[in-house]
Amino acid sequence: MIRIEDLKKSFGKNCVLNGLDLEIEKGGVFVILGPNGSGKTTLIKSILGMVNPDSGQISINNRSVLRQWAYRSDIDYLPQIANFPANLSVAELIRLVEDLRHKPTRSKELIHLFGLQEYLGSKLHTLSGGTRQKVNLVLTFMFNSELVILDEPTSGLDPVALLRLKELIRKERANGKTIIITTHIMSFVEEVAERIVFLLDGTSHYEGSLQGIYELTGQSNLEEAIAQILQQQYAQDNLV
Amino acid sequence: MKSIVLFTALFILANFAGGKTIELCSSCAVKTLKTALNIADSGDVIRIKPGVYNAWNIEIDKPVSIIGTGSVVLDGKNQGYILKIQANHVRLYGLTLKNVGLSYTKDYAAIYLHRVQHFKIERCTLRNVFFGILVEKSAHGIISGNKVSSLGTGETDTGNGIHLWHCNNVLIEGNHLSRLRDGIYFEFVSESRVLENLSENNFRYGLHFMFSNNDEYAENEFRQNGAGVAVMFSKFIHMRNNKFIQNWGSASYGLLLKEIYDAEIISNEFRKNTIGINAEGSNRVHYRLNNFTENGWAIKITGACYENIFERNNFSSNAFDVAYNSKMNDNRFHGNYWSDYSGYDLNRDGIGDVPHRPVKLFSYVVNRTPESVVLLRSLFVDLINFSEKVSPVFTPDELVDNAPLMKRAQ
Amino acid sequence: MRRIIWYSLYDLLRSRWTLVYFLFYLALGFALLFLNNDVSKALITIMNIIVVLTPLIGTLFGVMFFYNSIEFTELLLAQPIKRQTIFLGQYLGLSLSLSGSLVLGLGLPFLLYGISSSGSVQEFLLLLTAGVFLTFIFTALAFNIGLSNTNRIRGFGSAILMWLFMAVIYDGLFLIALMVFDEYPIDKFALIASCLNPIDLSRILILLKLDISVLLGYTGAVFQQFFGTTRGMFISLTLLMLWVLIPIWRMIRIAIRKDF
Repeated sequence: MIRIEDLKKSFGKNCVLNGLDLEIEKGGVFVILGPNGSGKTTLIKSILGMVNPDSGQISINNRSVLRQWAYRSDIDYLPQIANFPANLSVAELIRLVEDLRHKPTRSKELIHLFGLQEYLGSKLHTLSGGTRQKVNLVLTFMFNSELVILDEPTSGLDPVALLRLKELIRKERANGKTIIITTHIMSFVEEVAERIVFLLDGTSHYEGSLQGIYELTGQSNLEEAIAQILQQQYAQDNLV
Repeated sequence: MKSIVLFTALFILANFAGGKTIELCSSCAVKTLKTALNIADSGDVIRIKPGVYNAWNIEIDKPVSIIGTGSVVLDGKNQGYILKIQANHVRLYGLTLKNVGLSYTKDYAAIYLHRVQHFKIERCTLRNVFFGILVEKSAHGIISGNKVSSLGTGETDTGNGIHLWHCNNVLIEGNHLSRLRDGIYFEFVSESRVLENLSENNFRYGLHFMFSNNDEYAENEFRQNGAGVAVMFSKFIHMRNNKFIQNWGSASYGLLLKEIYDAEIISNEFRKNTIGINAEGSNRVHYRLNNFTENGWAIKITGACYENIFERNNFSSNAFDVAYNSKMNDNRFHGNYWSDYSGYDLNRDGIGDVPHRPVKLFSYVVNRTPESVVLLRSLFVDLINFSEKVSPVFTPDELVDNAPLMKRAQ
Repeated sequence: MRRIIWYSLYDLLRSRWTLVYFLFYLALGFALLFLNNDVSKALITIMNIIVVLTPLIGTLFGVMFFYNSIEFTELLLAQPIKRQTIFLGQYLGLSLSLSGSLVLGLGLPFLLYGISSSGSVQEFLLLLTAGVFLTFIFTALAFNIGLSNTNRIRGFGSAILMWLFMAVIYDGLFLIALMVFDEYPIDKFALIASCLNPIDLSRILILLKLDISVLLGYTGAVFQQFFGTTRGMFISLTLLMLWVLIPIWRMIRIAIRKDF
């Protein structure tokens, strides 16, 4: 579904993506892992067209998306920091985003799911971080697009909401959607991920199934598996 | 109606004086002004009936009255002078004189008076003149209710409207002067009065006088003249209730005062002039109750001016109220209204509690570099003006109005 | 685009700052007209305030709004909308709201005072036009600064510096240049220099209707010929328009290339 070829991006001297190749197939949950600064968010933003790559190619369904904009109507995106215009109410913000896309939505259902009914009239700047993240999730999932990209979806969520999110992700996967997630929470990855990619220094160090990484590293726990990859990498760096 | 009454009265008077009346028209026995003057005796009245008569260089050498009844036009055909008055007690009334000759060596005039007394020139219309009324070495005359204009295009092909040289005791009243070089010109004229005249669109000065003492100018209006009004080298002048309006240009003034001593300038209005009053070497002049509104400079003092008093004048919305080009000040500003004044009046006596400094630093800058006027009222200029106001460096320290009025002086 | 303008406007109209800005002009208009009763003096005071304040507010609100809405901008960036639409929409939303505060805030007291019958309509309209132009110009410049500086402190710093330069320092340098070179024919230089700064240009345009015209005669023919004619007025307005369009064009160019 998404093909990324030799993607390069530097911010000044800091090389964030260094010739990344990646293929994300249609359907399933695809998790992007990596330490801070490994290029996860840059990769996602490149796919969304928010970051302009220095070189390389990104195509969705065999069509290049670089410097395009209309393709985004088929992507649902959850940004990392949910900060909205302070003076709009929740209902107004939802209506604004609905307006922008002219598509049928299921916002009511999602508002109900995350228990946001009582906040509909509240100004966004009065909401707690967790509630904002719920609003953010409503905005993301309400269009029911084929491709869903979630950047750190768990941040600030209370346990109930986290449970709802996981259910939602499972349900969407069952509906045949492609879901791309970045996260730090390994337990969350272990619960939802089917395929993962591990990014380090702007390139992919592992790409494959969740099961595969256990087999590769001989670990039974994702955290340790990742740690091992990192150690190997450092050892290599030191040799060089 | 008024003119008929006046005319009848004069007619009766003339009859009492014993003079006879000579009728002049194209079908009368007397057909030309020359013939009429030949047969006239002292004190006679020549009444001209409506019509156009050729007349140039006609010498009036006996005391007669020449009266136009209706539209009487004397056409000078650009030949030189039209009427030359050389006798006392001559009166002209209700004539239209046109087409005076143009010369670069001679001052041709519609009406030329030389060494005469007790003349009266009333309600005459002078069109396409070079000089209008030229009076030399004469006295005790009245010039009133005349209209003088030329078809000239600049200072070189026009003369002055009413030009007096070495005269005294002349009354110039209610005349309208336009498109001339100077509207009214005085040189060595004393004890004379200029009242209720309108002088506009002249190429040089609306009023120009030099070496003329003890004269009075009142209720006149001077507007859109090339260089406004110039008053020079004169003493004991009284100017009141005149209007100086819209005199624009780099050398244009509402009123230019040069070497004027002991004058009074009272209740005049200066509006929209590049410079309202430009005073140079003028001492002991008393400025009172004048209105300065929307001028570039209300008052510009250049050169040595001492012991002048400015009181109860109104300065409203001028770009600069007072400009000075020296650090010396011997003039007194007291109790004027300044629309720029930013002080307060806590005891409510109508007088601001903080003294006002009317000279802005920026006016020096503009004086030196005229182009800098494009920065007028910019924040930077306001800032330098403010700093100068707080601690004067360039402007005279003692130049302050200690009793600025809170409301306009009436 | 209309939706983004509308939502930006809506957001701003409900923020306290827009209201404060509006109330400020309202109070100013009423105070000057009803306490003073001298229209031409009121107009000069308003001009003084407009040429300084509209650029300042445009600049500060511009960067503030830009930085405050950056997350919202990112949300919009993920939507199927062209980048120029997003930024142009937000820019127009802010400029329109600031201009609205200005026009309504000053317009209402003048309407109540009866400016339409006082004979100063033309001056007043010119005043508002200049104010609106300056708002659009400086908001666009502020968006440029916001787009070029990710660091907010640096952005605010540059914005204030830019305002200070345009409102004060430029004129200071200009004046010094005029005084240093006053032995040369500098009228053309003065003319060009005053056209290059939109604050100066607006100020002169307004003053032409108020009191600079009586002084222009003093400066020689070049100014009078330029500013004294309809052609000069037309050129001035065109220049102001360029001052709006060029920063907008640059804003869009940066916005398209920028990474978020």
